[in-house]
Amino acid sequence: MFLFGLKRLLQGVVTVWFIATATFFAMHNVPGDPLLNERAGSEAIKANLESKYGLDQPLSTQYFIYLRNLSRGDFGISFTQENREVNDIIREHFPVSAILGILAIVFAATGGVLFGALTALYRNRLPDYIIMILVILGISVPSFVIAAMSQLMLVGINNMAGSTILPVAGWGTILHMLVPALVLGLGTMAYLTRLMRSSMLEIIGSDYIRTARSKGVPPSRIFAKHQLRNAILPVVTVLGPSIAAITTGGFVVELVFAIPGLGRYFVQAVQQLDYTVIMGTTVFYGAFLVFMVILVDILYGFIDPRVRLEK
Amino acid sequence: MNRNESNRGSEARSLALYAAYVLLAVAILIYILAFFAGNTGIAINGGAINEERNSITIALSEEPPQLDSTRSTDASSFVVLAHTMEGLIAYDQNDQLTPGVAERWEIRDDGATFWIREEAIWSDGQPVTAHDFEFAWKRVLDPDTAAQYAFILYPIKNAEAVNQGDLPKEMLGVRAVTDLVLEVDFERPTPYFDKLVAFNTYFPLREDFFESTNGRYGADAEMLLSNGPYILTEWIHGASMVWKKNPYYWNSEKGLLDEIVTAYITNDANANLNLFKDGQIVQTGLTAPMLPTAMEQRWQIDRFMDGTLFFLEFNHRESRITDNLHFRKALYFAQDPSELVYKVLKEASYLPAESLFPIWIQGLQGAFRKEYPLPKHSLDLEKAREYLDLARQELGLEDFPPIILLTGDSSLSLLAAEYYQELYKKNLGLELRIDAQIFKQRLAKMTSGDFDIVMAGWGPDYFDALTFGDLFSSWNLNNRGRYQSEEMDNLVRTAQSELDPQKRMDAFGSIQELIYSDVVIIPMYERGVSFVVDPRLKGFKRRSVGPQVDYNYAYIDSSQN
Repeated sequence: MFLFGLKRLLQGVVTVWFIATATFFAMHNVPGDPLLNERAGSEAIKANLESKYGLDQPLSTQYFIYLRNLSRGDFGISFTQENREVNDIIREHFPVSAILGILAIVFAATGGVLFGALTALYRNRLPDYIIMILVILGISVPSFVIAAMSQLMLVGINNMAGSTILPVAGWGTILHMLVPALVLGLGTMAYLTRLMRSSMLEIIGSDYIRTARSKGVPPSRIFAKHQLRNAILPVVTVLGPSIAAITTGGFVVELVFAIPGLGRYFVQAVQQLDYTVIMGTTVFYGAFLVFMVILVDILYGFIDPRVRLEK
Repeated sequence: MNRNESNRGSEARSLALYAAYVLLAVAILIYILAFFAGNTGIAINGGAINEERNSITIALSEEPPQLDSTRSTDASSFVVLAHTMEGLIAYDQNDQLTPGVAERWEIRDDGATFWIREEAIWSDGQPVTAHDFEFAWKRVLDPDTAAQYAFILYPIKNAEAVNQGDLPKEMLGVRAVTDLVLEVDFERPTPYFDKLVAFNTYFPLREDFFESTNGRYGADAEMLLSNGPYILTEWIHGASMVWKKNPYYWNSEKGLLDEIVTAYITNDANANLNLFKDGQIVQTGLTAPMLPTAMEQRWQIDRFMDGTLFFLEFNHRESRITDNLHFRKALYFAQDPSELVYKVLKEASYLPAESLFPIWIQGLQGAFRKEYPLPKHSLDLEKAREYLDLARQELGLEDFPPIILLTGDSSLSLLAAEYYQELYKKNLGLELRIDAQIFKQRLAKMTSGDFDIVMAGWGPDYFDALTFGDLFSSWNLNNRGRYQSEEMDNLVRTAQSELDPQKRMDAFGSIQELIYSDVVIIPMYERGVSFVVDPRLKGFKRRSVGPQVDYNYAYIDSSQN
């Protein structure tokens, strides 16, 4: 188990290095000059800025300097937010994205598992139909539409109530988080519901369920111990990547609800060709994703003894 | 069947039990998360206006990258700085110059003197002195600072040479004679210097405080020193700011609120509208699709020109077809900006543009465009085709190759670009190729001259016709099409240095004439913004020049509502 973990960890480091390298060269090949501004500046000022950010060096030198700093965990200083270190940006804004993401994934996972089990239980009956229609909506409607609509709904609710029940936007209290997290987790919740449903149905027909029934195990026990627990496996598999996807993909929700998360910096950096922030956020998110996948691999072993890889 | 039903019943019960456990766990988790979230933002639910605390809540569209006035370049930094800082001279509510830190000043043809008021105090209680201006200006021009707005200080003697690193900064033509007298030498006569010093880049900076921040000046609330009506007391990056009344500020007409809370930072127009509807912010901009909603709500809708002019600029480099005057004129006469604004863009607050000089530019007595009118423009296809034939002969071309139109990637600029593409195909049989690029790449192509026509926008830096008027001088780096003529350069020099107001304004008139007859631009529109303000808030101001939103004179009128 320990060796397995170590091996996966090493693979992860190589993956992150690959992400860093690919991003570095892709970014420098994107047309456009990060130091250009609306007001044209003189050559002297431009040269000063270039030497400040090390852009006057050949690309290979820049790459090695970058790798050296990266190994020390130093992402450099932002091009646009000139006084802020990329590390500070990540340190201040990732927790916000993470809190929102965790809540979203909790909503998504509990909702997905519960609704999935419910639809399997009431297969081809009214609750099944209603939930599946909602699921299709949740998967197909993009999050910016849902975000905007739910915000409008909040305004309506507050207006009707005559006072602010749930804040329309902003960040800081539990009430600020509920609706954005729900919106953020909705797509994943819908996806997980479908996964859970099909996985439940597959298991109902399996041999060991029939055996358990014939032994006279109480139905509620069969449901809980045999069916639910086994059906959850595939859900856990996709949970790892979804956590990363949700935590990193909150840009639209963060914008609509004015939430100070990292997603905004991630997207804006690309638009503004802010080299250091692009590199910092991409490598950070990449490492995060890799870590989540490894975590799920290990977790898998605990839930399903068959997967516990010997050697 | 019956057995199945009863099975389902018990299964459903056990599922419900699980669900209850899980929900309980989720509730506990939410409370734990809420605890952590409390450290990453401030919870504000005071509503748009809090009369008891004499406080208002606003939203900011972008996070200022940093608040060091010597280096800031973006609109949202300008907004914050306009409230936390004050220059030698300021603008009042009617956009007229009014004394700021300087109680009086004198502008001569070789320099200027500013007498600084004794009551001007920094937010830590120390007086603002002439040395603070000297230090700030030298820092702006220091090549190591690499300030992008350094050029705006170039009228000061030796400024350009210092900025290029050719002269030491001690040679800069500014010195504090005493603590309260600031002397400035000019590189050339600069009759509009009073308007320049109102700009952000001319704001003061105190040396000892600056040094104490170890290069982090302006990065955080604690790393700032203010001399304006408000002090930035709290700044949670990306989330919120609090501006409190500056107790040391001298002018009792400004800074009438005790607190301004920037609780939201988002440029999502709908989110801002929703916040306004919910009574959480005092004012918001309205885009065209929102106007019907606003009218339904019976809001008082205001409109203002945000100062920016959009126009098509030609590439005058020799290898380009657009270097041909008659070709440019053909394109000019084959279009009508009012069609673009009213039928294509349909933005109610936009104004069809007619000249490089926007409608709000002041002349001698009244509006510049009234004093120096251009011939009335209308679509004239006959003339356009005549010019096109002339161009064809001069260039010796049978058919014109495709013309490259460089533009940004926003939906509005794409819409406009497609309109021109269709228009010139229909009216002149010309093929336009749209080259849509992200911001930085568009700038790179504009700089290198990789275009025939570029969709350009220009916003004013100071309240003088020169902020637009020098755009086509040969030395202006923003002259992206590299237009060059002796006549234009002479006129711009006159406009820069002429001390006689009438002659100076005439020069601008001639510049406008020359742009019409020789440079040839295709004016598109002047950008405007519709907005709505909480009726309880008075004295709020939006500006074409300077900070886009200004709460310096704002106060709460409790008789409303």
